[in-house]
Amino acid sequence: MSLLSSSVSITRYQIQGKLKNPILETLAAGLKKNAISEIDDPTLDKAVGWTSFEKPYQPDFGGSSFVYGNYLVFSLRIDRKSVPLKLVKKHVVIESEKRLVESGRPYLSRSEKERIRDQVMDRLYATVPATPNLFDIIWNYEAAELWFFSNLKAANEELETLFLRSFDLTLIRMIPYTAAHYAADLKDTEKDILLELTRTPFTG
Amino acid sequence: MLDIAVAYNRFKFLGEEFLTWLWFVIDQDPTILIKADSDLTSLEIGNRIVLEKRHKKDVERITIKGENAGLEEAMLALQKGALVAELNLVYRSAEQKWQFTLKGESLNLSSIQTPKIAAPQSPEDMEGVILEKIFLYDKILQFIEKLYKTFIKYRLSDDWQKRDIALIKKWSRSRA
Repeated sequence: MSLLSSSVSITRYQIQGKLKNPILETLAAGLKKNAISEIDDPTLDKAVGWTSFEKPYQPDFGGSSFVYGNYLVFSLRIDRKSVPLKLVKKHVVIESEKRLVESGRPYLSRSEKERIRDQVMDRLYATVPATPNLFDIIWNYEAAELWFFSNLKAANEELETLFLRSFDLTLIRMIPYTAAHYAADLKDTEKDILLELTRTPFTG
Repeated sequence: MLDIAVAYNRFKFLGEEFLTWLWFVIDQDPTILIKADSDLTSLEIGNRIVLEKRHKKDVERITIKGENAGLEEAMLALQKGALVAELNLVYRSAEQKWQFTLKGESLNLSSIQTPKIAAPQSPEDMEGVILEKIFLYDKILQFIEKLYKTFIKYRLSDDWQKRDIALIKKWSRSRA
């Protein structure tokens, strides 16, 4: 989802830890090392990596191309291959009938059926192009805050995993507990009370 | 620090109580809103409010949609033990308008619409456009963060049990 869209979703994070100095070079190295690459292995159905906000299909992290004022702006790209189930079924049926004719037997064993299905899937995945999905990121380094432009659970999980691998920094999603624990400047006694809270009954 | 998945499920009620409190504040005590953002002109309930009542594993869900929808049913649901699970809000500052939906269990924001900005005419315009858009998002994100901090301070104080619960109950009875 593009941050320039007319309607967007945002998941907020806090970042634990600091990048090694020089910060921009460390950041660029993490982005380049984990930049999205085209799916070369025909049996893979997914690729995940960073890409440039302005050139999402030709990632370029040269210079300070990802720096906008005090913010770091780039994108997570998830390329996924998808084969319709009906197409798989069609090719499995065709292949199964061919094997039956060749073998002269009236039926195929369970393992033969599984093998045919795997072969069909591999063949189809090798021919289907991957569909790219883009999710923009705004990182306020000084404030240790990051906005991710999606609420999708799977996309958020991919972000958290890749971010840790790329920068050795932990992203903490701002949900009701963490937003209270980290962002509300609580005293230790208040953090203890927070842990014991139970739902308020507004009835009666 | 709790494990994040445990914390999500254990404390989702806290986000729903925040939205319920926010509805009460919008209706009864807007000075709290001004304290969180002095640029605020108004904050109104938008075109959607969802309430959920949990009983063991069952969830009863009431959705009220549409501009200028009556909220009597939502008040009745509140009296019966439901909390606000999702709230669409309209934030105004001077002549500008933001609209977005806040989800209680995650505090995620969705369907965010900011005031319109001019599209970039050339690659050189891009940085300015991005920074302007960031400023517009930051405006409401900071506002919500400050409101949540205010709520948490109330929620952890003795006043919540002594005063706030009674005020919210009284309000929902008077409006149903």
